[in-house]
Amino acid sequence: MSTVAESAPGPTRPRRSVADLATGPWRGPTRPYDLVKEVVAAFAVIALLTALLAAVFSSPDEPSVTLQGWARSNPNDLVATATGELAGTTTSAGYGPPYTSGGEPQSIGPLHLAEWSGVRIPVDAANDFVINPLTATTRDAAVTSALTTWKGATEDQRTAWATAYADALGKAADGDPAAVASGDYGPVPALTAALLDLAKAGGLDAQLVSAGTAAAGGFYQTDYTRPILFLADSGHLDELAGGQHLHGDQWGMMNETGNYPGQAWLWLYSFWYQVPPFTTSWEPNADALIWGLMMVLSLALLLVPFIPGLRSIPLKVPVYRLIWRDYYRRHQGG
Amino acid sequence: MSAAPPPASPPASPPSTDPPAAAPAPRSWTARLRGSTLEALPADRVLPDRQPAYVASWIYVFGAATLAALLMVVATGIVLSLAGPQWWHVSSVGHFVNSLHLWSVEIFFVVMVIHLWGKFWMAAWRGHRALTWMTGVVAFLVSIGAAFTGYLVQTNFDAQWIASEAKDGINATGVGAFWNVLDVGQMMLWHVTLLPLGVGAITVLHVLLVRVRGVVPPVGVDTDGTVVRP
Repeated sequence: MSTVAESAPGPTRPRRSVADLATGPWRGPTRPYDLVKEVVAAFAVIALLTALLAAVFSSPDEPSVTLQGWARSNPNDLVATATGELAGTTTSAGYGPPYTSGGEPQSIGPLHLAEWSGVRIPVDAANDFVINPLTATTRDAAVTSALTTWKGATEDQRTAWATAYADALGKAADGDPAAVASGDYGPVPALTAALLDLAKAGGLDAQLVSAGTAAAGGFYQTDYTRPILFLADSGHLDELAGGQHLHGDQWGMMNETGNYPGQAWLWLYSFWYQVPPFTTSWEPNADALIWGLMMVLSLALLLVPFIPGLRSIPLKVPVYRLIWRDYYRRHQGG
Repeated sequence: MSAAPPPASPPASPPSTDPPAAAPAPRSWTARLRGSTLEALPADRVLPDRQPAYVASWIYVFGAATLAALLMVVATGIVLSLAGPQWWHVSSVGHFVNSLHLWSVEIFFVVMVIHLWGKFWMAAWRGHRALTWMTGVVAFLVSIGAAFTGYLVQTNFDAQWIASEAKDGINATGVGAFWNVLDVGQMMLWHVTLLPLGVGAITVLHVLLVRVRGVVPPVGVDTDGTVVRP
């Protein structure tokens, strides 16, 4: 409990701390007060203000991005992303816990919190995003042959094919698969082209969602881990988000699409992502460090009454005299 | 097991030895709960019609306003949930209800933060009121979680992007392995049941503590109303 040192002077009163003075039931002057009326009036005002804001400003509802839409509007990006999944170079492929083993999970000094939980949501980027959807859906002999070749190859061979194709796509004009120079890419061009066709037809959306719920029967689907991870690996989602001022360095997820206030209460959390050292030397572990920092700050807010110095700030910066100015004026020197 | 034989004849009516109806059994849990509840929360303290004279500033309005905004958030959320999570995308009425829900949340946070800052500058934890402050802070933090899951279950582009961004922060703490922001089903249940229940429960506790401890007096004022430290 607060034991603020300030004492109350007075010739006939024992010295009592500010905290002690506030202890016990109030025996001083009172005034009429209608609690129910105040809450009802507050509700009426809030309801009216809410209705007014809703009517004038509405709310944002930018349609979700589908894999089908991505394939149709930015096919080269989907092919490049799928190639990256096969090469094991995407974010998802080397994420680390909770999706994959290995990777480079963030840490707070010696604390590798993500590693403690282990791989609880296993994601195999190459198989989950490319190979399995094609295996489940294709009836095309060429694609079946490409799948057989891929599955029969060694891990090193697969990586060599996919890496070579990724490099070639990077050098082709607009990353267009049709403009790729000839080379030893194995079945990768056939697989990624088939995945693009599947995505354009809308089949990949369903395949990735159902893959996450297969263990639960595969019919009801609520887990979007795989399609969002695949989308997040792409340049497409990132480009759309940047256009809506949603990037991390644009104050990120506290914003919403359009000119809406978003989650303004996350301002302090988003703030740390804008400033050094979280944008410089601490950047590799920025998420873990910022979460750790916010936990400490939240704990400090919770424990304000017990923290010397912090709990005395309102007594030393007398905003309270403004709040209770009428009472002090009327009862001064009592 | 055989039943005990009935008495051969009705017993004579002895003088009653039952305690008076008003006296509860001394060890009754029910009586103890009732007694302690009524002692801590007499009716005139739960629903007061008088307040200390110092409760006369606009800053006090924001506590009631926070409560009112929370009621508005819950009411609009209930309406929004009636027809399912996709309704508001395809119905103009649903979209308006979603707008009401969004703006009531925005107002809720504005008035709650003003209320919180007001209580900070009042040093409102004085006089054994630390728990009141702490429940208020917990309500604020749980509300942030509730609002965050609301953004995740919008089933639109905002939800996709926020989920894809948020996963990295939460995964870095290890919590993402158990609380998967990409699983819209899990987030939906947290948003419409667990977190609102959490906010509601902690708010009730917070309000009851305010009623039990009373509104903190001005700094330097004794509980008899005398300004001893102007």
